[in-house]
Amino acid sequence: MSATKSLADQGIERHTIAVLVDNESGVLARVIGLFSGRGYNIESLTVAEVDTEAMLSRITVVTSGTPQVIEQIKAQLNRLVPVHKVSDLTQDSPHVARELALIKVRGGGDKRVESLRIADVFRAGVVDSTARSFVFEITGSTEKIDAFIDLMEPLGLVDVSRTGIVAIARGEKPI
Amino acid sequence: MAKAKKQLTGAEILLKVLDEEKTNSVFGYPGGAVLPIYDALFQQKAIRHILVRQEGGAVHAAEGYARSTGEVGVVLVTSGPGATNAVTGLTDALMDSIPLVCLCGQVPTHLIGNDAFQEADTTGITRPCTKHNYLVKDVKDLARVVREAFYIARTGRPGPVVIDLPKDVLQMRTDYTAPKKQTSKAKSAKPDHQLRYRPKMRGDQDAIDRAVELLAKAKRPIFYSGGGVINSGPRASKLLRELVRKTGGPITSTLMGLGAVPSDHKQFLGMLGMHGTYEANLAMYNSDLVVAVGARFDDRVTGKIDEFCPDAKKIHIDIDPSSINKNVLVDEPVVGDCATVLGQMLKCWTAKKYRIDKKASDKWWRQIAKWRSRDCLAYDQTKDIIKPQYALERLQALTKNKDTYFSTEVGQHQMWAAQFLKFDQPNHWLTSGGLGTMGYGLPAAIGAQVAHPDALVIDVAGEASILMNIQELSTAAQYRLPVKIFILNNQYMGMVRQWQELLHGGRYSESYMSSLPDFVKMAEAFGGTGLIANKPSEVDGVIKEMINTDGFVIADIRVDQTENCFPMIPSGAPHYEMLLGPKDKAEKPISEEGMVLV
Repeated sequence: MSATKSLADQGIERHTIAVLVDNESGVLARVIGLFSGRGYNIESLTVAEVDTEAMLSRITVVTSGTPQVIEQIKAQLNRLVPVHKVSDLTQDSPHVARELALIKVRGGGDKRVESLRIADVFRAGVVDSTARSFVFEITGSTEKIDAFIDLMEPLGLVDVSRTGIVAIARGEKPI
Repeated sequence: MAKAKKQLTGAEILLKVLDEEKTNSVFGYPGGAVLPIYDALFQQKAIRHILVRQEGGAVHAAEGYARSTGEVGVVLVTSGPGATNAVTGLTDALMDSIPLVCLCGQVPTHLIGNDAFQEADTTGITRPCTKHNYLVKDVKDLARVVREAFYIARTGRPGPVVIDLPKDVLQMRTDYTAPKKQTSKAKSAKPDHQLRYRPKMRGDQDAIDRAVELLAKAKRPIFYSGGGVINSGPRASKLLRELVRKTGGPITSTLMGLGAVPSDHKQFLGMLGMHGTYEANLAMYNSDLVVAVGARFDDRVTGKIDEFCPDAKKIHIDIDPSSINKNVLVDEPVVGDCATVLGQMLKCWTAKKYRIDKKASDKWWRQIAKWRSRDCLAYDQTKDIIKPQYALERLQALTKNKDTYFSTEVGQHQMWAAQFLKFDQPNHWLTSGGLGTMGYGLPAAIGAQVAHPDALVIDVAGEASILMNIQELSTAAQYRLPVKIFILNNQYMGMVRQWQELLHGGRYSESYMSSLPDFVKMAEAFGGTGLIANKPSEVDGVIKEMINTDGFVIADIRVDQTENCFPMIPSGAPHYEMLLGPKDKAEKPISEEGMVLV
């Protein structure tokens, strides 16, 4: 016998969802509007064209909700006319997820040396430097970037720009 | 050398494609940005334009047209205010899954974004209230976009599609190529475009086998059908009747699903939900299997979700995967078109030689008979004051053997109409279910009358709702559309008043309709006939005269001001906590949780 469960009974999960869409005007607004209109969370969202010939873009969205809400999000995304494919990377397969960040640190003396040393440990590269500043480029998991930013904070962190998560399934199969 | 083809303007191409799509009526209102289309309309005869009096009326009229024919309704409005006035109707069509194509004018492409005169971001505004929308920036894309729009509007779960048409695109010229002749049946043939949008029609056979097995094993099954059955076409209604007959269980319907099964069918328990019948709601609550067919477990149907059909397994047939597990978790989802899936289920039932469990079925029906004997729709008709229920019963009796389409506005009269009118076929009941749009009924009736010139089309209205789109009387007059407007006039926004009585201590804040017009004079002023009934003894005479009068009629039926619509499941209450009449309400205070809900 099945009892009717309310949403509150279920735990909240975080999912990374990849969405392949026609690269046409308004498509991102459709996706974002769906999330805001129906009260879903967006923790991170990235988008770029991935196939110029077929005019396809790929959106990677990290969202959270109960399993029922996650199912709804996927069903609602699938209902949009320009959406070709929706893949729940968290649920369907092991996947690789990366974020890129550009991080500006200002200062001199020991702090400057210390920031370079930590960047080396994190395998962050220097992509710009002046006498009093560095811009580091770092890729990795969200947690790794969070940790790096935390360490830069006392060393003169002044600016952060992050891409949000991009992700792809492991193995040979495409989306 | 091949002879050069004559190039056509965007506006001419638009009309060509409308004609390809077998559009014969367009509901619209002209303005600066759509003048090229109106100029092209003027020079052709294939498409009839119905001039409404406000764009909101055009969309509801197109909805009435679409709902009563099963075809795509077409709307034509200008940019800016024309488009924004259409928004309510578009949202209404989205909620009730009505196929529409709405053509909106737009300022020329070079002015878009400049805050030009009568410019609005139409695609931005209508994105959340359409199934899909387009902005056409190149006349070469126009024919493809219009074909796609019709395909999207009518395919899968139907809905409204907006096409935003900048004025310069309508005036540019290009080649027009007619679509390739389709040899096989139009519906099964591949559409003439590259869209990936291909909703799943056939249900997964394993899911169907399991669903039918559940049905065969159930002791207390109930079918719960909705608007999806109507949208799927008349065949779905026919198959549903057959499946219900073969499997022997009771069936209830949502507001949008009325007509799929005849109201006087002995297995039909009436509408379920907030103002549904006692027998329908209690049968749902006590069932061990719910078969939802083209219905979406709306909050008006489920009541308190934690106590919705607690002992029942649930089968859910729906063409829209996002309807599955949205409000209620189900045990056996079947994604597919209602008619196709019902056909598959019937085939499976026959092939596996399932039989009705006679003993269990008899026991279930004995229980249902007890609930039915409660006679939950009873009312007391006195000699002096007309009860709204009485007026509707008489309307039903006196229109019984005619080809009648009923539309409604929104409120008490709508619920009474759903309870007391009887429908024996689909597509004859036009009402705003999901959005609950007051002012829907008159334009919807006009749209239905345009599609069915010889039918009897009646808008059951309230005196408050009818004033929301009263300007459309002028449309009815212009096209000699003999719609009948049956106003249950209680001088209150009845449903608001009822909630204020039951939930807000009888403080009737702003719900009294003061300074009402004289509806008889109003009908006459617009060129129609006005009738009035003050006493029960006058009701039959007024209805007969209304039916027999040429042209449009307003029948102003002065009904009991204090009558409430029962049964009623208060917001947030479960199915078994129904208020059955005025005496009930004092005993069951409404919970704080329920007060928050609408």
